[in-house]
Amino acid sequence: MGNPMRIRAKLDGEVVDAKVLMNHAMETGQRKDASGALVPAHYITKVIASCNGKTVLEADWGPSVSKNPLLGFRFRGAAAGDTLSVTWTDSMNDTRTDEAVIG
Amino acid sequence: MLHRREFLRDMGQGGILAALLSSGLLTIPKAWAADRNQAAFAARTVEEAFAALGAGTPAASDEITLEAPEIAENGAVVPVNVATSIAGADAIAILVEKNPNALAAVTTIPAGTEAYVSTRVKMQQTSRVIALVRAKGSFFMASKDVKVTLGGCGG
Repeated sequence: MGNPMRIRAKLDGEVVDAKVLMNHAMETGQRKDASGALVPAHYITKVIASCNGKTVLEADWGPSVSKNPLLGFRFRGAAAGDTLSVTWTDSMNDTRTDEAVIG
Repeated sequence: MLHRREFLRDMGQGGILAALLSSGLLTIPKAWAADRNQAAFAARTVEEAFAALGAGTPAASDEITLEAPEIAENGAVVPVNVATSIAGADAIAILVEKNPNALAAVTTIPAGTEAYVSTRVKMQQTSRVIALVRAKGSFFMASKDVKVTLGGCGG
């Protein structure tokens, strides 16, 4: 189920300026824990953002994206009060969807 | 190997969708999500990643704005912004040349979305950061050297 994202979507004229802060360890599989054991790879592989039934962004990620990923993007065709939905899926098939109202 | 106990546990914790996904019985259909280019993400070098992405030898372009710090104090969190004014730009990839796997992210830009992406990447060491843009089937690139004082891959 994952941890909640924080989504901010604000109209800047006709363009929605979206910022998403995801809560995810984004483990590369190369880090060692305190006991010296390798922490298994576990990272977001796919992000899809949609608004009014239309995909506004799609991203494929590898483990080089930072822990607690920040994602910024801008799109047109939405109005205040519309809902922006963001879904991520990770390398262990966990998934998470959060929404925000465009303001 | 799917075990009944694990399937029921997953269903209890995350609902039927999580159980189906983790059991491998359900995969996200192509209509919802285009296939991830596994070869590109497994590539070690920029050249291999470009080849896997079908980018060949991208032309340098001054219509790509790549923002990244001159010096990254913390290699685990390096902000990178890419914007481009190239007509028809529909994908932006970010690569970190000296990371174990160079390709960090590929963003697909549908019509109506600005050719712009902002994120943060891990950098293992001082390296070039590369922005690759696909526009109408052609590929263009811009790069910037980023110095890293504390490497960020945790290795």
